[in-house]
Amino acid sequence: MTSELTVNDHVPIQLRTEALEDLLVERGLIDRAVMDNFIKTYEQDVGPLNGAKVVAKAWTDPEYRERLLDNGTTAVAELGFKGPQGEHIVVVQNSADVHNVVVCTLCSCYPWPLLGLPPAWYKDPAYRSRVVKEPRQVLSEMGLDVPESKEIKVWDSSSEVRFFVLPERPAGTDGLSEEELVPLITRDAMVGVAVVGSP
Amino acid sequence: MTTIQPASGIADMGGTDGWGTAPTIDPNEKVFKEPWEGRAFALSLLSMRLSGTNLDAFRHSMNRLDREHYIDDGYYGRWLYGAENLLMDSDIIAPGTVEARAVNLSGGHADEPPAPEPHKPDYAPTAAGSLRQIDAEPTFAVGQRVRAKVQQAPGHTRLQHYIQGHVGTVAIIEPPQVLPDTHAHFIAENAQWVYTVAFDSHELFGPDAERFTLNTDCYEDYLEDAS
Repeated sequence: MTSELTVNDHVPIQLRTEALEDLLVERGLIDRAVMDNFIKTYEQDVGPLNGAKVVAKAWTDPEYRERLLDNGTTAVAELGFKGPQGEHIVVVQNSADVHNVVVCTLCSCYPWPLLGLPPAWYKDPAYRSRVVKEPRQVLSEMGLDVPESKEIKVWDSSSEVRFFVLPERPAGTDGLSEEELVPLITRDAMVGVAVVGSP
Repeated sequence: MTTIQPASGIADMGGTDGWGTAPTIDPNEKVFKEPWEGRAFALSLLSMRLSGTNLDAFRHSMNRLDREHYIDDGYYGRWLYGAENLLMDSDIIAPGTVEARAVNLSGGHADEPPAPEPHKPDYAPTAAGSLRQIDAEPTFAVGQRVRAKVQQAPGHTRLQHYIQGHVGTVAIIEPPQVLPDTHAHFIAENAQWVYTVAFDSHELFGPDAERFTLNTDCYEDYLEDAS
């Protein structure tokens, strides 16, 4: 509970949010049902499962992989993934030689249609500021030691292009189907701060 | 009448020091940690529409925040403060209204300013989204050496400080997009080619930096030939 405020007090953010919502609803400018729908969409419908489906398909269908690397936007739309923050998707693939990692130093741009809304670590000032200056060190602090033999490529999202990492398929998954691969693929691997582990 | 308000600089944090160790990953984190975050998210999206502005103006509305408002309440906190800026810019709400309503909701008493006469920007997008078709050919080619200009205008930009003045190589020609620097202020869409430019880490951060390649997008206006 918030104790009684006067006009010069700092307004806690929860109360501030409630106040703005209250004002706009009261004036008939917004509809709470529309707000609820936005929230539900990103809590329940649009999240990293979408990206995992793209990756699993790319791992099992060489022609799809080629289309995905050639034109990410149309290839992910084949699976029904498009919408806000997905106007132009560029897919970058990890390999034995290259490790890719994505950031947005200026705000926290993120490929919403494929991964949903960004996690806390992606929005953290330490990640935003440092991963463009000392990525190997930052990744190590986050639990990923990238072999010295791999070149690191950092992608800082400053336009409406959204970068998406196609992780390496882990060893020991040759017999797995597309559907069986999906649960192995994590959000963090599709941004490049983790790799997909063997099952 | 559009007044170009300067960015505070806090948002342009690439390459800056003093932010501590890298964050830890919580694989089970909720999309919205607390209910207010979801409400702030939805309110912000709706405020962009209500204020008759656009995504670039919204980004700039956050870049105008001082450090306290940008940082202390986190990501959705800055969204809410940014959304309030847009609503005040377009005279949907008067300054002090949200604070007064908060006092009243808390059980206190404050006079709320009356709703002003809205003044939305004199602006309409030529198409949805940010991508545009343009007639001009790209000025720069893949493989060409280019220098990121030093930005001195006070308003919105997506040209990060840490690449300014540095030379890189065009890696990808991206589709033409509206220029945030003018779009955020409703001056013009200025649709133009965008280039993903690859910078060597030693060019950006000196010979003692880790070895890696930094790729980032530059609108054509941000670049000059350095071949």
